This record gives sequence, structure tokens and C-alpha cells, in this order.
Amino acid sequence: MGEFEVHRVRFFGLVPAGVRCLACQPRGGRLALARTDGAVEVYNFAANYFQEKVIPGHEARSVEALCWAAGDRLFGAGLSGHITEYDLALLCVACSVDGCGGPIWSMAANSSGTQLAIGCEDGSVKLFQVVPGGIQFERNLDRRKGRILCLSWHPSDTHIAAGSIDFLRVFDVCSGQTLQRIMVNYHVLKVRRECIVWSIAFLSSGTVITSDSFGRVQFWDWQRGTLLESHTVSTSAVLSLAVSEKEDSIIVGTSTGATYQFQLLPVKMGSLEKRWVRTKPFQHHTHDVRAVAHSSTALISGGLDAQLVIRPLMEKMQKKGYDAALRKFTFPHRRLVSCARKARLLLFQFSQHLELWRLGSTDETGKDGEVLPLCRMPEHLVQLKSKGPEHIYCSCVSPCGGWVAYSTASRFHLYRVQYEGDGVSIKKVPKVPKLLLPAYQLQFSSDSGSLFVASARGSVHVLQLLEPGGCKHLHTFRPPSGSPEAVYLLASSADGHWLAAVGGDWAIHVYDLKCFKHHCTVPTYSCAVTALAIHPVTNNLVIAYSDQQLFEFSIPEKQYTAWSRMVQNCGLHRVWLERDSPITHITFNPKNPSHILLHDIYMFCVLDKSLPLPDNSALLMNQSTLKQLPETARQRQLHAFKICKKFQPLLFADLLDENCLVMVERPIMDIKTQLPLPIQQKKFGT
Amino acid sequence: MVAPATLRVVRCGGSTLHGARAVFSADSYLLCAAGDFVKMYSVATEETLRVMGGHADLVTGVQLNPHNHMQLYSSSLDGSIKLWDFMDGIPIKTFTVGSKLLALYALASSEDSVFVVIPKSGERDTFQLVSVKLAKAAGQDLEAKELSVVLDGVDASPKRIAFGREGEYVASVKEVNLQVFFFKRKQLNRFSVSAIKTKSGNNHFTCIACHPTEDCIATGHADGKIRLWRNFYHKKDYTFSTLHWHHDTVMDLAFSMEGTSLLSGGVESVLVLWHNESDCQKDFLPRLGSAIEYISMSSDGALCCTLHTDNRITIINSNLRFSKSIQGLIKSTDVKTGLVVDPRTKALVLNGEPGHLQFYCLQSDQQLFSLDIVQRQYIHQAGLNQADLVKVAFSAQGKWLATVEEREEVTDPELQLKLWFYDEETQSFKLNTRINMPHEDHITDMCFREMDELEDDSLILVTAGRDCVFKVWVMVEDTDPEAQQSVSWSCDFVGSYHNYQATNCCFSEDGSLLAVSFEETVTVWDSVTWDLKCTFCHPPGKIRNICFGRLTCSKYLIGATDYGFLCCWNLLSCALEWSAHLNVLVLQPDPLSEHIAAVSWLSKESSLFVFKPNEPRPIYIQRNLCKEKIQLAAFVPRDEPETIGSEKYHWLRRSQLFFLTDTQELMTLSTKSLEERLTPSSKQLAVEESLPVTPFSLLLGKHRRQQSQEDIDLGKLVHNKHKQDSPAVKELLHTPAHVLPSASFLCPIFINSLLISKENKSAEEVADEVEMESEKTEDDSDEERGVTEMEQEDTSPMELLGEMTCKLSKSQEKELRKIRKMDYSWISAF
Repeated sequence: MGEFEVHRVRFFGLVPAGVRCLACQPRGGRLALARTDGAVEVYNFAANYFQEKVIPGHEARSVEALCWAAGDRLFGAGLSGHITEYDLALLCVACSVDGCGGPIWSMAANSSGTQLAIGCEDGSVKLFQVVPGGIQFERNLDRRKGRILCLSWHPSDTHIAAGSIDFLRVFDVCSGQTLQRIMVNYHVLKVRRECIVWSIAFLSSGTVITSDSFGRVQFWDWQRGTLLESHTVSTSAVLSLAVSEKEDSIIVGTSTGATYQFQLLPVKMGSLEKRWVRTKPFQHHTHDVRAVAHSSTALISGGLDAQLVIRPLMEKMQKKGYDAALRKFTFPHRRLVSCARKARLLLFQFSQHLELWRLGSTDETGKDGEVLPLCRMPEHLVQLKSKGPEHIYCSCVSPCGGWVAYSTASRFHLYRVQYEGDGVSIKKVPKVPKLLLPAYQLQFSSDSGSLFVASARGSVHVLQLLEPGGCKHLHTFRPPSGSPEAVYLLASSADGHWLAAVGGDWAIHVYDLKCFKHHCTVPTYSCAVTALAIHPVTNNLVIAYSDQQLFEFSIPEKQYTAWSRMVQNCGLHRVWLERDSPITHITFNPKNPSHILLHDIYMFCVLDKSLPLPDNSALLMNQSTLKQLPETARQRQLHAFKICKKFQPLLFADLLDENCLVMVERPIMDIKTQLPLPIQQKKFGT
Repeated sequence: MVAPATLRVVRCGGSTLHGARAVFSADSYLLCAAGDFVKMYSVATEETLRVMGGHADLVTGVQLNPHNHMQLYSSSLDGSIKLWDFMDGIPIKTFTVGSKLLALYALASSEDSVFVVIPKSGERDTFQLVSVKLAKAAGQDLEAKELSVVLDGVDASPKRIAFGREGEYVASVKEVNLQVFFFKRKQLNRFSVSAIKTKSGNNHFTCIACHPTEDCIATGHADGKIRLWRNFYHKKDYTFSTLHWHHDTVMDLAFSMEGTSLLSGGVESVLVLWHNESDCQKDFLPRLGSAIEYISMSSDGALCCTLHTDNRITIINSNLRFSKSIQGLIKSTDVKTGLVVDPRTKALVLNGEPGHLQFYCLQSDQQLFSLDIVQRQYIHQAGLNQADLVKVAFSAQGKWLATVEEREEVTDPELQLKLWFYDEETQSFKLNTRINMPHEDHITDMCFREMDELEDDSLILVTAGRDCVFKVWVMVEDTDPEAQQSVSWSCDFVGSYHNYQATNCCFSEDGSLLAVSFEETVTVWDSVTWDLKCTFCHPPGKIRNICFGRLTCSKYLIGATDYGFLCCWNLLSCALEWSAHLNVLVLQPDPLSEHIAAVSWLSKESSLFVFKPNEPRPIYIQRNLCKEKIQLAAFVPRDEPETIGSEKYHWLRRSQLFFLTDTQELMTLSTKSLEERLTPSSKQLAVEESLPVTPFSLLLGKHRRQQSQEDIDLGKLVHNKHKQDSPAVKELLHTPAHVLPSASFLCPIFINSLLISKENKSAEEVADEVEMESEKTEDDSDEERGVTEMEQEDTSPMELLGEMTCKLSKSQEKELRKIRKMDYSWISAF
């Protein structure tokens, strides 16, 4: 694997925001997720649950409910009282309509996706018509006192069930009248405590399922207003509930971090009598599970501990494989760290500010595994706060460390950073060119002479950076056939000749920077690109896809390289393909051209193209066994993948020079200490 | 009674009550397997009503006949299934299957077959569940050879197979696999849990129960989880939910009759009631004493019972209230106290629950009571050193009890000597004195001076310790006016000998001499002046046991060394009288005679030698007494001397010898033959046959039998009265020879004693005693039965007689039973 001096960076204080709500696209392969900071993310099931799109949050725009309507239109509503439609191509807010009922707690779309119902603070349920280009207020349903915390449409679209504090109501959509009002706290205690119906679901059979703050999941017959079944699953509140499309399984999430599955099972073999039975408990979260979703093959839950957990249902799986793995996502699938290699600086991107750090240094050397004492401590140089309520989309620091750029939804900022001894001066570059905003990705050229700005509709702007602090717009690349989607990944070659850009349609375009023209398009692959990079020596484009496939594309020859064809013929190792987190960064070692350095959250890998690929019978992660073997045996056991799992979770890894690596870790325990205390639970034996 | 020619070692009482799940009969009797017997208890009074014997090996399964709730099936390791009429204790039929039967299941849906678990032929440690067709032929002894295999590779434990709702399916668990077989569809589904090993244990299956009305299987696991399986008729879509409260192995599970609640139990000795299969709704019945082995429900759901590892049956109400408990002999892992006989109750006293002393009645096979000695909460945790009871001694009248408890610490043991006084009012022992650290090191032996006098002043307790001293404790008047008691105990004398560890101590019968062994030497001390009188020694070899001879042999001191010598020293001549090469483990003198029993251990068998100290030749030798190592022995005085024909067994006349083997099996020696000891219940039916079958004859027959029994008992009583000696003669015969006055002085007393004094006992008194006697004989008859037979037995003429009497036809039998069940009490009105 080779020996490296490693900067083990643990001062990136990122705390991901908690998951607030989830929405599965009906009959679709996408999952929308909203975080407590207002960010909305879209995960693609087909692309191995890759986090495809991210719409950064906004201070004033909290999201309390998300829903898909009219096919693939995504709507959100929040305590600001507005209903927001998101533009998933431009990754920004398309339009926003005031609900006129105070803060909105809940929103649901009917099964055909033509109508939206919202539940407001003032106790009203309002219907909106989904029209092309926006939504239109239709009418109010019967208004009573008490905020509407949850809503559910009957699959036939004729009735709406709404949960409030202490009761639930069923509305007739046509007349707008309340048909049934059911008190839910009736059976509890002598002392009357208010019972909050946190979540509700309306089944086609007429059963209404509620989950409440007493830890109960209750099944009601709405017409008679009677309780059919009651299951106490927790001593604390049951916050969320989701029903499968076939209505034979539900998942509930509790405030203790546990989720439970209920299944509708026949009481006896062959009999028609069925009963809801609590079957599987899962404890993946440590904090409130605020949102759950039930896809056809998996139970999905998101909690305030910022984790998104996808737990596949084994009985729905045809074979053991990639889909059958439990996945937990805590960190975004894109990098938030950029590195100035020459200046040894790291730029950390937070939701509303940036931090620039200088790495520490040592003048000692040691053996493998030794921790070297620092002669200079890492130094926090600059903190850049973004102005306004918008969150940062992307950021970058130039390789020389002299430039820092970031973009929010409406503004683009470029700074000139100058280092005088120990002091740092930072100056905003005035008069940046007016660009099509926001920028989705920023990339400096390796000589720090120009900045590439990924923009909407597949376009990439090239800005020339001028000394002592200015810039000018040089050119805008557009894909020859045009594209509605935004570019989300960029890679430039070390010689400043080539630029590769990936858009939301997963097409990779290569542009010639010398003559400012489109060079070629990499053959389209059916999966999302998670990382790409251009080799500094050979100008080969290395591409990692979300299904863990690796391709190498020769830009000058406009075709896949022989090694890439060989990889496709032989196939990658089974264990490699079953990994559940995407590769987020690729880099190279200029001194060792056959090496490709890549990493995901859980591992760092040096891919040596000169060595044979492992076959499925070989051990993929063999570094520790190799160490114990004698030299001759070791030579025989060597294969291309040299994997190191020492650094976890790994947010960023890069090669500073030929034998110096920087690894940015964010231990989960450090995040846990930043979160509020979870609900106190007695653990046996403590 | 015919005197048999042999002595047999028999298992007596104390057999495990948790061999199989207990069964509630429809009319609130509890039936459970106890060793080779099936016992019937009354749920209301917790009394043993009937002991049904007939199996030749351990009973492994008890099941009510699903088609006749007055009948019971039982299976045994001897390979037979018996059908009983348990109300009368009559075996109706015996089906011989042939191979060992490890578990028995009876189903309502299978008309004429039962299910048993048998070892698979040809393979070791593999078992299969087979259904046995029980032929409907006439006759008592039938062959049941029609076996059909239902499931292969099942576990031997009866807890690991359960039959589902209406017998639709059978489920069996083994290790991490669950298999469900559907009878109608002939479909076998297998499921498994991943074999993970956590620090709390693995998740192997331990037990299984099926929901009575729904398709739901509950399984218990070694890590304390309970899984509820549903939808298991789909190979893929099956699902389970988990209930978790137990921290250790779930030992047994039972559904309530409607299936709305589930009971579970484990080593925590807590019964958990789960409502509606919900993890959040559960009730507990804690502090049940010891680990729960089996749980069973009554068919009306009003009662449930738990069988515990310490031989206890707890009966519990439906609202989870403790109702009754039936306690057998508690088998603690290490009987440190030895077998001691309580002089007051003649009960066997030994370690019971941790820190408790159990008083076990041999006759009724029940615990009389349990005395908490340590008086500290016992914490169930592995590797925790807790105070335990190590020594017990009773004073001659049972008025005082001395106990020693110690906590095993590596550096310094924590010792406590407690003296308990028997309080007549409360009828129990009351703590009188507690002495902390009576010795610096472990106490090796302890004895009271056995004096028959009633005055307390002469009572002396001697303790011998490993700290090289023996201490003498006496009672002193308590001077403290605040004290609630008048006397307390304090140390009077500390003796030592050359700084050797004191290992044994023993008083002579008259209490004048104390023998204390110090490693290789026996020292004899005067018990009044505490002078060292003489020493005996038989090098090499340390002294293992010592005892004084009794009665006519009271001038002898017997010692056994660990070099395999048994020595007898004459106290008058201070010389070795004789010695024998014998590896003696147990040396036990009979308190009522001069006989001493020595049990030796040689090449994997125990042998018994009974001798009188004055003769070097043993009067009785029983080689190969049993295969196990005998740890302890005790002579328990009989209530009345037994009439024993053979001179050879005369030593068993007044006391009975009990042994405890290292497998905690309580054994005794019996002179009765196997046939006598067995309840002649199988012949009862035959006896009744000879009577004309009318209601009157039944009543008459019963009456006659009773009377004849009474007659016999009366005769015995009179005989006994004649034999009873006057106190003078008793004194004369019991006083050691070397302290007797001259013969001329004794002569008139002796002559006087031979004159018959006037009998003025009232008739009523006699009648009372008669009743007691008759009860006792009943008890005796079903108390025990043999396991190892020494020699070939003579065929009893009784049996032949029984065989000859013509057998009843089936219809006649039924008729007869019907009549018996009817209530004819109205006749008495006439």
C-alpha cells in the first residue's frame, strides 16, 4: 500500500441537521427528505440510494411536511405558513404560496396527485389544486379549534382524516363537513393529560391508524368511531407512521429512537380474519424518529440524530445482495471539504459559514502506526460567515490557497486571501461577473489561474482570476445537445487542458479549455456519478458510479482505456460491489501513475492498476493478513485493491504531496455530544 | 411378613419433581412426575394423595388422556407408556414401546395415538418424534410397535416440541433452528435465527409453546428473548416479534387457555405474564425462590404451576398470586453440613436453599420447614462469594442448634457461629448467641456433649478449627439486665496440641471424654478438668474420622486415617485393639446401638461394613453398595423397631441407614423385597374381582379390609407394649460397662423391673394410636422403591396368586369402575 505521513484531521466540527420529514414518490423511485435546517434532499432508489439532489436550506424556511404530487413535483410546507414548490432541475424554490392559516403542520396529496390538503395552526384544513406552474387555493374544510398536526387522504380521495390534540376528525372532501370526531385520550388515565395525535393514516378499508404521545398505535373504525385495536409500543411518544402501498405493513417511529413494524397477518392459516401484529423492532437511532417511510422493499426512517436508515425487508428480496444491506446515511454524499495542496490549507463548508484551517506540521519521522508529535499546531485562520438567511451551496479554495469562493442561492462570493507571516488578510473581490445562479460546484484550476463554476442547464462558466484581486468571465460551456439539469460535479486536468462536468442527467461532458469547445461525451451509464477526476499524467478520466463501478476513460483517445475494459470483463469483487456508501472523492499520486486513491465514508483505498484484480474467492480487505505473511507469500497474495479502514467516518482524503495524506474524520461520538440528550431510558445492568 | 434374604439399596424420596411438565386434572388435582413415580397432589391442600408406581425408570412425561379426563398417560425411560386411572391409582394398560421414551405428548385430534420422543436407532444423540399407535386390544400389557416418524432431528428435551392449534402442526426447536410440520399438508418449514454470540449468551432456542387458537409460536432463547413467530406457513414471508425481559435463559413458556397472555420463567425465579403479546404490558410474580424449570396451566385457566429446580412446585392463581407450594428435598450443589438428624422431629437436616437449613421428612418426602440461618439476601449472580452454612450440630434433645456459616474469601474467611434455642411456643428455633470469628480459620468439626440430663449446665459445645485449636463453649448466665434471654454462650477453654490443625472432635457417650484429632494424632481430654489424658496415633496418615463406641463398646475409640486404615483403640488400656486396612470415607455410629457403619471407596465402588468395635470382624459386609461415591451417611432412628428375621440384619432393627451420594441421590438400605415395596395396586383390581359386584359388597369389602388391618395393628401394639422396658432396665443396659456399679447392687432393681405393672391405659387412647399406625403403614407402602437389586429374588407366592385369578373382561371392568365412582353414601342412612 505504501507508507504515508497522514494528517489525521478531526477539527471539522460538522453537525448534520436532523431529519424532519420523508416522502416516498408514489410508484416512483425517489425519496425526498427534509432536514430541520430546511434543506431538502432527494435520494434515488435506482442509483443505490444515492443522494442525487440537495437543495440547501434557508433560515426562514423550515419544512414540516413534504409531498410529491402530480408525478414528480415536490412540495414542502412549513411553519412560515407557505407552501413551496421545489424545482428539482435547478435545485431551488420554484414558487411559494401563502397558506393563510398560520403555520402549516401537515400536508398531504391525494392519490391522484391533483390536490393538496394542508393542516394549519388555526385548525383549518385547506385544499389546494395543483395546476401547471404552481398551486391554486380551492377551499376550506370545516374549521374547528386546535392545530391540525397530521393529515391523511383516503385512497379513494373522498375523505380526509386529520389528527389534532386529543381527537381526530374525518372530513368529507365533497361537502367539507366533519363526519366523525373521535376522542383519543379517553382510555388513558384518571388525570387528563393532553394526547397529541402525531401521525395518522387512512386505509382503504376505512381503518384509521393513529400514533400518539402516549406511545400507542391505535386502529379505529372511522364510521362507527370505535377503537379496533390498540398497541402500546413505547413509554414515550410515537411520532411518525407510514403505511406500505399494499396496506399490509406499517412502520412507526418513536421518540426513543426505536422503530417498529406492524404487519397485517392472518390469525389462522387459510382464514380471512386478519390482525395487525407488531413484529420487528429496530433500534437504529438514538434520538426522536421524526419521519418514517415505507417503500415497497424497505423501511426507511430518519431521526433527529441526522441518520437516514434504510432497512430492507428481507422477505421482499429475491436474493442476497446490494439491496439487502442495511444502510445508514449520516453525512452528505458530496464533499464539504476542499484542500489547497500547496499551501496545506483546508476549507470546511458549514451550512452558513466557512472555515479555513492551516494543517499542523512535524519535523520528526517515525515507524508505521506511530503518532508523531506536532511542532506546529493546526491553525484556524479565517471564518467566513455568509450573509443573509440562505445556506451555502458550494465552496472551494484554490490550490495555492490564495482564493476562496462560495455560492448561496442568490449570491456568488470570491475572496482573495493573503498571508503575511502569521497574519491573514482577506479581501472580497469586487464586481464579480453576473452569472446564472446558484453555482452548484466550484473548482479552481490546478495553477489557480481560473475558476470553473458549475451552473444550471448543464452550463459551466470559466472565470479568469486576475492579480491582485479581480476576475473576469472568459467563457461558458454548454452541452451540445442542451440539458435541463444542473451540473453537480467538475474535474479539471492538471495541465489545464481539460474540464469534465457531470449534470443531473448523469451525462459526462469533456470540454477543451485551450480552444473553449466541447471535446466529447463519455458514453452514458445508467447510474449516478459519485466522483470523477482526471489523471495528471495520462489525462485519463476516472469515474466512480453509485453502483460502485469504476471506469477509466481516455480523454485524448475519446474511449475507455484497456484497463477499464479489463475491469468490466473481469468484474469487480463481490464485496466491493456490496459496499453501501458511494465513493465521494478520487485523487492520484503523480509519482506513481498506476495508483488511484479513492475513498468513501468507511474506507480509503489505493487502487493499483499494475496489480491483478481480486477474484471473488480472494479476501478483498487483506491488508492486515498481508502484514503477517512472509515476503514471497505476500507477493502472491497482492491484488489491486489496498483498503484501509482505520479512519472512520472519513469525510475527505487527499494527497498533499507524494507521501503525505490528509484525512478528515468526523467521529460519530463527537456529533452525539453536540446533540441534545436523548430520552432517558433504563438499561438493564447499568 | 416373610423375611427376605437380601438387603437392597433403594432410592428413597427426594427425587426430582421436575422431570416433566406437571398436569392439572379437570377436578383440581396436580399430577407430576417424581422420579420413577407419578405423584398426585391435591391443589387445595397441597397434600400428596397418591403415588403411582410401576415404571422401572424415571418418568419422563405425564399427559391427561384427551378423550377421558380421568385417565392419564405416563411415559418412562424404561420404554413403556402406562395409562392410569389416577383417581384410584390403578394402571389400566401398559404399552411397551421398546426404546427409551424421552417425552410424551397426547393430542385430542389424534384418536388412538400419542407422540413420543425416542432416540434414533443407530445414531447417538439424535432423537426423533414418533407417533405411537396404541392398540385397543384387551389385556393389561400390550405391545405398541406401530411407530411412524413425524420429525427427525429433534431435541431430547420435552420443552422443545409443541403442538399447535387443534393439532394442526407440530413445532420443534433445536439449537438455532425451528421446524414446523403441518400434518394436513405434509409440509415441513424450517427457519433459523442467526447464531450470534453476545456477552449475555447465545440465541439458541430453549423452549417452545404454541398459541391455543391462533397460528402463533412462542419460542424462548438462551439470551433471554422470547420470539413470537407468525405467518410461518410461508417459507419466506414469516415474521416474528421479540419480547425481552429475562436477562438469562428462558426456561419455559406457556400460553393461557385463550392465548391472550403468555407466561415465561427463567433462572431469575420470576414468573412473567405478558399481555396481548405486547412488550409494554407485563406483570411479574417475583421471588419464587429458585429457577423455574416448567410452567403448566390448568385447563380452566384458573391456576398455573411452576416447577422449580430446587424440587418445589408452586401453585399460582390466575391473577398471578402465589397460592401454594409443595417442597421436596432441595438438592444443593454441595452438602457442607452433612446429614444430621434432628432428634426432635427425626427429620433429616442438611443444606437447603442458599443460607438455609432444611428439615426434610423422610416419611412424607416433604420439607418440614426451612430455617434461615444466614439471614442475608441471596444474590443470584455467578462468581459472587456468599455466606453459606457449613456446619450444623444438635444437642441431644434437639433443644439447641449450633450452626457455622462462612464466606469463602481467599485471604481471610468470614466466620460466624450461631447458637439457636428451640422455642416451644413458636415451635421453631430462635437465635440465642451469635459469635463472630469463633476461630481464626475454617471450623472443621463441631459437636455437643450429648447428655441425656435435662439440665442445661452440662451442655458443652466443642468446635475444632484449622487454626490449630479447639474451643469449648459453655452457657453462662446473662448479666446484662437488658438482655431478653437468661443465658448466652461464651468460650470456656481453648485447647491445642503441638500446633497441629484440629480436624475432628467427638464426645464419648457419657460425655466424660472428648476426643480431638490433630492431623495424625488423636488426643483424649477429660471433659471436666480439660486435661489431656492420652494420645493415639497411627502413622502415617492423618485422621479422617473418629468416633467413640457406644453402649457395651464405650471403651473403644475408632479412627479412620486417610492412608486407608481403620483403627480401634482401647481407652482403658490405651492400646491399639485392632486395625484394618480400609479406605474409609464415612464412619457413622448408630446412636441406638453399638454398631458402627463404615463406607469405603475402592476402585470405583462403595462398600459398606458394619461392625462392633469390640470385634475386629465386621458383622455385615456389603460390597459394591453403589457405583457412586458416597459422601455422607446417617442413621435415622426408627419410630418403632422393625422385626427383622435374619440375624445378619439385626443392626438395622432400630435405625435406618441413609446415604447421600455425590450425585445428590438419597439412598437407603431396605430389607423388604421389591414386590412388598411396590404398591400392590395392580392387584387391587384383582382382589376386588373376587367380591360379588354389588354396591353393598363394595362397601362391605372396604369395611372388612379396614377391620382386618386394625386387628393386625392392634396385635402389633400389644406385642410392643410387652417389649417396652422399664427405665431401670433401660438404664442398666445403656450405661457403659466401665461406669456401672457392682452387680449385687443392680440385681434387685432388675428383678423389680420384670414385674408387670398394672395396665391402665384407656381404650380411647389405644384407638387413637391405632389410627395413627394405620396411617403410617399406608405411608410406608408407597414411600420408596428399589433401583439396584443385589441378588436374585425369590418369586413371591403373592404374585403367583395374583396371576392366577381370572382377569376381568373389559366391559366388566368398566362396569365395576362406574359403580365405584357412584356415590353410595345414602346407604349409610339405612
